[in-house]
Amino acid sequence: MSTIIHVEHLGKQYRIGARRRGNSFRDLFDEKVRSIFSKKDKKVSSFKDTIWALEDVSFDVQEGEVLGIIGRNGAGKSTLLKILARITAPTRGRIRLEGRIASLLEVGTGFSGELTGRENIFLNGAILGMKRMEIKRKFDEIVAFADMEKFIDTPVKHYSSGMYMRLAFAVAAHLEPEILIVDEVLAVGDIEFQRKCLGKLGDVATSGRTVLFVSHNTAAVQTLCKTGLLLAGGKLAHFGSAEECVAKYLQGNNSIDGTILSMGRQASGDVQVTGITINGSESTQVLLEKSEIEIMVQGTVSHDVKLDIEARLYSSQGVLIGSFCPTRNHGNLGTIKPGPFRIKSTMDLQNLNKGRYSLDVYLTHPMVQGYWDFPNAATLYCDGIPLANSSVLETIHYGPILLTGETVYQ
Amino acid sequence: MIIIEPVKGLSALRFHEIWEYRELFYFLVWRDIKIRYKQTFLGAAWALIRPLMGMIVFTLLFNKLVGFSVKGVPYLLYTFCGVVAWNFFSEGVTNASQSLLANANLVSKVYFPRVIIPAAAILSGFVDFSIAFILALLLMVYFQFVPTATIFLFPLFVLLTVIVSLGIGFWFSSISVQYRDIGQALPYIIQVFFWITPVGYAASKIPSAYQLLYWLNPIVAVIEGFRWSLLHTGTLPGILLLLSCSVAILVFITGLMNFLRMERKFADVI
Repeated sequence: MSTIIHVEHLGKQYRIGARRRGNSFRDLFDEKVRSIFSKKDKKVSSFKDTIWALEDVSFDVQEGEVLGIIGRNGAGKSTLLKILARITAPTRGRIRLEGRIASLLEVGTGFSGELTGRENIFLNGAILGMKRMEIKRKFDEIVAFADMEKFIDTPVKHYSSGMYMRLAFAVAAHLEPEILIVDEVLAVGDIEFQRKCLGKLGDVATSGRTVLFVSHNTAAVQTLCKTGLLLAGGKLAHFGSAEECVAKYLQGNNSIDGTILSMGRQASGDVQVTGITINGSESTQVLLEKSEIEIMVQGTVSHDVKLDIEARLYSSQGVLIGSFCPTRNHGNLGTIKPGPFRIKSTMDLQNLNKGRYSLDVYLTHPMVQGYWDFPNAATLYCDGIPLANSSVLETIHYGPILLTGETVYQ
Repeated sequence: MIIIEPVKGLSALRFHEIWEYRELFYFLVWRDIKIRYKQTFLGAAWALIRPLMGMIVFTLLFNKLVGFSVKGVPYLLYTFCGVVAWNFFSEGVTNASQSLLANANLVSKVYFPRVIIPAAAILSGFVDFSIAFILALLLMVYFQFVPTATIFLFPLFVLLTVIVSLGIGFWFSSISVQYRDIGQALPYIIQVFFWITPVGYAASKIPSAYQLLYWLNPIVAVIEGFRWSLLHTGTLPGILLLLSCSVAILVFITGLMNFLRMERKFADVI
């Protein structure tokens, strides 16, 4: 195994502020005129107006390695990819690549609506760096992968968006670079196609190709990647095994993201909330260790109020999975007396598959009045249900809920 | 092996890389040609209609109204050659100047030498140009006009047109990535160029005191060269032609250098 990507002290500075204000000569004149009158100010502001999107990042990737790159929005992931793909130049540092690099962030780039599917395959292939002969050779395979034989000579502008994405991904998936960059493309297409894409990715990962996989989906990073790279604020926060990086990422989120309370907003003035925890922690990041969570709210009320905790659970794609309101059906709604209070609900999440979920929490008098809203109160990371054959079901393959039951042989 | 480093000063023109991406260049030209007349009723006939319209307008204006004529050459033919050259230039410059913005999704997502984009925009105009040129030849047959040996120098003037259009296209396209003002100003810039270019008349009509200034415009050499090589209209003023060509090459080189200097920033500001 040899080093295929060698990154040394990479840095990228972006100018923000004045330059971003507008892109016309007028702004340029503005800037120039102002700088004449305030020479001193300019020096100060020029420091303020730049940010290091990436700062002193160094790492090596070995041939055949599948590296997961994780980090919050704005951590520098896209900048790193853009520099690696040579779309933008670094401000400092140096990268050595031993091979062709291509990325799946370019899915559908350069597609022209007026051209037919067939013509677009050739055009897009050329844009992604394939030779004409190479495209010719793989043409049938691409068409078959996209499942597009019927419409291949129809102009792409008549395609549905799903067909469009399928064809685009099919071309990109047939690239054969030594290094492949994959940026969360898995969110496109229908479920069947997503599964196909994941399968293809699995093939790529096991074929000895070097893959850089960028994702928010920590579960996918853990399953697909051996090594990981964690970026935070443009700096390399951790470089090591994928598990370590994911753990550090989730840990780091606790300190940065703040508390669930800070996500809340008051809907009506009758109730003051002073604290809210999930599983005893104020953090918005929740690692599910058992199949239930406990939501605890404390605060004060000024007069008698009927209160309950409601919650809604969403998949990472934002699909509502279920809603929770223990007293809605049973009518056993408690009344809070004026003064401090503390209520606690336990929510059962037994059949949740492995994945990332988001939870909204509400403090309400169900069906009557809302008192506090905590939209996106928490992100839940579920490890899934260990099965008899010890594999773990994942949302991306099987949906969020494990449907159980039994087969009787008669 | 690929090395990625910060760009310091002028990066060298990476010819081998442009060669490597030649297929993409062909594909972009092919795409532009393919979609140029999509969803038009008259299709490629536009390549004939535009120069013919120009020819008719100029003949009415300069020949019939102003009374300008050229000895030994039918005026229709004379002005047609001018219009063909002018259209090739003005459409090339317009398309090239807008090419980077029109292909913004490519610029911000894929790596390749960016010079390919304006170059392809100009080369795709060759189809229209060739169609119009064939019509010019047919007009010669119709007027029973026999060209002289100077016609063999014609390709040189076509090359000159490409150099001028590319030079201006490099300047405008790279500036327009940051300053969209170019898009607003372009039609007027082209119009100004038109009025200082001898499309419907001869450059010799300009008073001799202004000749030097006049020939600083490289399109003058293009138009005069086109007509001289095809129709053998008198002799070309050698020194002034040289001046015009030098300006063309200067614009080309500075445009290219500026383009290469800005190239790596395109994705950040587009």
